[in-house]
Amino acid sequence: MSGTFVGMPSFPRAAKEAVHNKTLRDNLRHATHTIRDKRAKAVAELADWAELREAGKQIKDHTLRHLDRYLVQLESRVTEAGGTVHWAADADEANRIVADLVKATGESEVVKVKSMATQEIGLNEALEAEGIAAYETDLAELIVQLGDDRPSHILVPAIHRNRGEIRDIFREKMADWGRAAPHGLSDTPADLAEAARLHLREKFLRAKVGISGANFMVAETGTLVVFESEGNGRMCLTLPETLISVVGIEKVVPTWRDLEVFLQTLPRSSTAERMNPYTSTWTGTADGDGPRTFHLVLLDNGRTDTLADEVGRQALRCIRCSACLNVCPVYERAGGHAYGSVYPGPIGAILSPQLRGTQSEIDASLPYASSLCGACYEVCPVAIDIPEVLVHLRERVADQGGKGHRVEKAAMKAAGWVLDHPGVLGAGERVASRTRKLHPSKLPGAGAWTRSRELPEMPAEPFRDWWKKNRKPKSDGKKP
Amino acid sequence: MTTDPSIDPSGTPRSGSRERILARIRAAVADAPDAPEVTRDYLDTHTPDSTMVDLLAENLADYRAVVHRTDSAGLAELLRQLLAEHGSRTVLVPPGLPPSWLASADPTRIPDREESTAQELDEVDSVVTGCAVAIAETGTIVLDGGPDQGRRRISLVPDHHICVVRAPEQVVASVPQAMPRLDPTRPLTWISGPSATSDIELDRVEGVHGPRTLEVVLVED
Repeated sequence: MSGTFVGMPSFPRAAKEAVHNKTLRDNLRHATHTIRDKRAKAVAELADWAELREAGKQIKDHTLRHLDRYLVQLESRVTEAGGTVHWAADADEANRIVADLVKATGESEVVKVKSMATQEIGLNEALEAEGIAAYETDLAELIVQLGDDRPSHILVPAIHRNRGEIRDIFREKMADWGRAAPHGLSDTPADLAEAARLHLREKFLRAKVGISGANFMVAETGTLVVFESEGNGRMCLTLPETLISVVGIEKVVPTWRDLEVFLQTLPRSSTAERMNPYTSTWTGTADGDGPRTFHLVLLDNGRTDTLADEVGRQALRCIRCSACLNVCPVYERAGGHAYGSVYPGPIGAILSPQLRGTQSEIDASLPYASSLCGACYEVCPVAIDIPEVLVHLRERVADQGGKGHRVEKAAMKAAGWVLDHPGVLGAGERVASRTRKLHPSKLPGAGAWTRSRELPEMPAEPFRDWWKKNRKPKSDGKKP
Repeated sequence: MTTDPSIDPSGTPRSGSRERILARIRAAVADAPDAPEVTRDYLDTHTPDSTMVDLLAENLADYRAVVHRTDSAGLAELLRQLLAEHGSRTVLVPPGLPPSWLASADPTRIPDREESTAQELDEVDSVVTGCAVAIAETGTIVLDGGPDQGRRRISLVPDHHICVVRAPEQVVASVPQAMPRLDPTRPLTWISGPSATSDIELDRVEGVHGPRTLEVVLVED
């Protein structure tokens, strides 16, 4: 599987291919516009949306301020309820813990409910290296996995694929992973979903180990919560004998009651529904119902670094609803892959460079992958000021220096001198007009700006010359 | 902080990572301003009690659950009819389902037993359960594994689920009203319409892995 983002080029280069792929752009445009319109309606049904948003923000801020206390409380409650808690400082440690737990069961395959955290740490690849096959069971994740592809959206990871592409992937690849696609499979969504149902059911019914993430963890009760639609989550959380959940430390909330806020804001922000079809909660293990063994792996992997940044820490409020992706004009054109991480779109542009640091080319470019239009902030159900964090991270990237920034500084300095000397500016304009036929439509080497934009055509004559010619002197002989 | 990180309340082995992560958290927020307790200015409900049951029926149907309304006297006959219309030959029965509910039904009863395998459950045509609470504003029924609901998997594996809701006593208007009525130490399943996916071009398709047909019977006396 090529689920890894290591060695990604910078955002502008990665986006360049996407903005010229018309199928991709059409798929994305259709999807994002459909969801954003539905979301606006779902949100409008609640007269207290602003108050819910504020409460969600406050719950998360309060939790982050006292994160140590709530994690310790969570650990106690999960342990009392029959679970085992593990702490993982980074991806390698988390992967090793999970691989060891799976190996201890004697199994060589696991079923997975979609989890951003396990994608972030590359768990499937790590398990594969240990001889363990991890089957993704969310329909979109299945499409991505069978297509040897990468997810491009938080909520609908295969948003970049249309029905014809999905049918082709199922026809060609399903047999390699288990039950083959039915003969003569059509490209209607109902038939494709049925093919996935048949293919995955044989895996669910025999699975002994399930792996999940969680949307929330409740400190006071030790309860974990998963929101989903298809029932694949319920299958993974209920049928196997062993359940292993890998969850970022920022997913904890203090009380059971706190969930009443997110149960209202997450589905409406995410799938634009009043409620997602299935929500499962579990507290440790239950007698005779569901897995007999439960492990919770608490994941740091850059979250404490993010927490240490007083402007950037608000990104840890994120509840992964994806509303910011669906309103973002940059995401709509560039697609999710260009962001080079499992967290695409505006939230990815602030989360990834904080979780991973800004040293790599892709992470240094992400804070610039935005027009700062602010639409993402307006729809965020926990009021993350994404533009504020973007600007803050741009400062950090600029401070660390780099080739691009030296060129930019030199260009701005030169422009300043010309604008301060009107004679030079006038002469330059006239030369530019007379040579306009010779100008290229793009300026290779003139920076990233022109790669994704057409240069404006040079006017036939400078504005100053046009002004002089077309403004006749007034009758009193004075110039206008 | 009153918690001493070197004391392990559970006796489970601790890696150095636990202490390292907690120390990093404490250092990260050491200078952060105190975060006040949460103000809860949001509404407890958006719905008057008088319209609650109608709204539940409307929102369930909007999410493509099939809604039926009856009274206690009509329940057994309605359930018989629904199972017959579905062509069910077998029906899963939670241990504490009132026997009168299925008194007239024809299918063979399959008891919810711990030792049943998932493959065996996959052969069953239908399941009938009660619920813990239903939420009108979101069109949601919540199962908590109580005696009339059984294990989580029995409402998951069969392709046809009939859920009986006693109205109005099991119905609340809103999510905030549901929370105190639920016990988080029990495994809970919140169900809003049948299994669905929108992963293919955002076209909604019912029934990927959970039951493709969800019928909700509102019993009003």
